[in-house]
Order: sequence, then structure tokens, then C-alpha cells
Amino acid sequence: MRFLTEYRDTEKLESLYGRISRLASGLPRLNLMEVCGTHTMTIGRAGLRRRLPENISLLSGPGCPVCVTPDSYLDAAIKLTERKNICLATFGDMMKVPGSQGNLEERQGSEIAVVYSPLEALEIARKTIKEVVFLAVGFETTAPSVASVVLTAAREKIKNFSLLVAHKLIPPAMACLLQDRKVKIDGFICPGHVSAIIGARPYRVIAERYHRPCVIAGFEILDVLQALVMLLVQFQEKRAAVEIQYSRCVQPAGNLRARHLMAEVFKVGDAEWRGMGVIPKSGLFLKKEYSEFDAVRRFSLQLVKSEKFTGCRCGDILKGLIAPPDCPCFGQSCTPARPKGPCMVSSEGACAAYYRYELLPGRGKWQKS
Amino acid sequence: MCLAVPMKLVEKKGEEGVVELAGVRRKIRLDLVDNVRVGDYLIVHAGFAIEKLNLKEAKKTLKLFQEIPAPGQK
Repeated sequence: MRFLTEYRDTEKLESLYGRISRLASGLPRLNLMEVCGTHTMTIGRAGLRRRLPENISLLSGPGCPVCVTPDSYLDAAIKLTERKNICLATFGDMMKVPGSQGNLEERQGSEIAVVYSPLEALEIARKTIKEVVFLAVGFETTAPSVASVVLTAAREKIKNFSLLVAHKLIPPAMACLLQDRKVKIDGFICPGHVSAIIGARPYRVIAERYHRPCVIAGFEILDVLQALVMLLVQFQEKRAAVEIQYSRCVQPAGNLRARHLMAEVFKVGDAEWRGMGVIPKSGLFLKKEYSEFDAVRRFSLQLVKSEKFTGCRCGDILKGLIAPPDCPCFGQSCTPARPKGPCMVSSEGACAAYYRYELLPGRGKWQKS
Repeated sequence: MCLAVPMKLVEKKGEEGVVELAGVRRKIRLDLVDNVRVGDYLIVHAGFAIEKLNLKEAKKTLKLFQEIPAPGQK
């Protein structure tokens, strides 16, 4: 497949691993965080953690939108399914995410449609007299598409369509992590497709104010390795900048048209992240002009924070404070078949990736090498 | 969830297009991208093209993988 397989060429892997080794020697211990679930999966699939030099650790950050969606949101979505004449439309990943009382999959008898695109949710609304509520979850990659669908719904005056919005922004979450003194992160592998929309500029605060090198990376294994090389070169040269490895998709200014659409429909506000609390200016909310599409308003929903303790240490995992196997639930009471926390539910969650790729056969226990 | 793959644009009509990957065709929206033409590779996510693939940069990156420095060099 063009533009995919050539970035997986195993013959080129060794020279990049060699280069990483040479660059890492002489550098102190470094914790590098990826903030994208798709990177987490690439890293897991390639067994990259086991191949890196001793002093280089990769941490999985809050890079999966499903994982960072709080209980209160799920509870509100589940509450909606209890009403008559409502059809919920959602990305499949949300189905098993636990709220404080169960998940969407357990809502038997409710009408829930799993969709691949917000366009499908709108299409359902066109064909039914029921109220269709789309669970608008996702980072900057997804928000412009949802904005476009809202504009279409407004143009066509579709009255039975609304959204429960939980869109989140990545750079404010990265800055929030760095403000936590317990968190030890030395540099970031920045998400490629989020950056295709927002460009390189929003990360400059991470490099300039917090002095952490950032490299925007593509999603094939050679992309990730090259991004690591670029990060290590920055450490060698004692500088912190935002660099783009994924230049075939990411322009320095991002996608202006997509950014414009996003700004037309959404405004930025403070948002709650699972395990991280409320992060200032880290969420998107429908603007006043489009508030008729806001499910919270239409159905007078209340998003109530729950204090339920499950033992799941998702929050610490998302911050990179502990690795998934350090959670007492991991692999015991929490597995992909019976997930307790969202990081195990989502196919791109850190716990699911560790469970799948890092548990070494025969040993049953995770270890770095 | 931000998974997106490069797919080739094979049809275009206004803001709608058809893309192809390995023989599979899919209808997508083109609202988020400027100046795309049939034959372009687009990055497709959740039913929308979110960016056009830059061929020159794609080749440049591949070339960087090939530049293997001699042992001892960085």
C-alpha cells in the first residue's frame, strides 16, 4: 500500500535502532512520552520498548480520547438511553467504557448506533423522527469533521439532531502534566494527526516555557524511530524545539480550513479529564449560535462528577506516573475481556496495548527487557 | 482514535469524493481540504479528508531513513 508499507520496511529498522543507541549513550536517563493512542499501538506492535537503550523509557500519556472521557459524561450518555424516542450514535470505542454505573453495551433494549463518522449520525437523523444524539468525543483530529456536520445540520435545519460534546485539546493537557511536580517527562512524541490540524505552533509553549523537546511523528514504525532520533539529537545539542518528522502530512501552520471550521462552531473552555481533573482551556464547547445542537441543553442533562473508587489507577497511568502493569487491577480484575477502566477498554488505551504486546509469553509478567 | 490512512482520490464532485485503498472504495467529504484533485493522496479520518499528502515530503522522509551514517557517526 502506497505511503504505508514503505514506512514499515524492516531492513531500515536496524540502522535506526543503531543510531538511537549511539545517540543515547552519554545522555542521562530520559522519559519520553507519546500522547497519541495510535503511537502507543505502533510502539507496542513493534516491541519497541524492549529494544530501546536502558536509559530511554517510553511513557504513554493521555492520548486516547475515550480514556480521558470522565465518568460524568458516560453517566449522562447512559441516562439519555433511559428516555423514550432517543437514538444514541457513537464511535464503537465508547461502548464498553465504564461510567459510575455500567456501560453503554449493557443498555439492552436502548437504541444505540455504532458509527464510523459523524456523517452517519446525521444520516440517521434525516431518516427518523426520533431524537438522534451523537457522542462527540475526540481530539483536534476529529473536532473539525464534527464541526462540519453541525454546519450541515444547521444549513438543512435538521431539528432532531444534537451532540453530547466532549472534544478535548492536546497541548493544554501536555502543559498540565508538566505542572505536576511528581510527573517526570523529558520530551514528547507529538500526535501526527492532531498536528495535521493544529500545526506545530501550539506546542511551542512546551518547548519554550518548559524546555521539553517535541517532535511531531508519523504512525509507522520507521516514523516513530526517526522521531526518537530527532528527539535525542535535541538532547545531545541541549536544545528544546518543536520539530516535524511527519512532514508529509503536517504543515507548520496546520490545516487552516479545518481550524477555521472548528473555530466557527466551537469555543474553548475548561474541561474535565479522567484522572487529571479540570484542565483550563482544554475542551471544546458549542458556541451560542449552535447551542440548539447541544444535547446538555436540549435534554437538561447534568454532568455530575462521581467519586466511585474502583481501584483502577487510570489517572496515574495517563500521567505516566506508573506503567500499566504497576496497577493492582492490571491483568487480574481488569482485562480486555472484562475491563475495569477506560485504558483497558479502548483498543488504543495504554493498558490494552500493554496487555496485548508487553506481557511476554510464558513469563506472564511485564518487564522491560 | 485519531487513526487516519492515506487513500487515493479517484472521484470528486463538489465537496464529496470517492477514495480508494487496496481496492476498497469509500465515500468521503472534502470540506476540510483545499485544492484537491483526482489522483491526490488524502489522509482520511472519520469520513473526512483531513489533509492532502505532500509527495515531495513523503519522498524526503523515506530518503532520510536510507541515509545510514557510518559507524561512530551520529
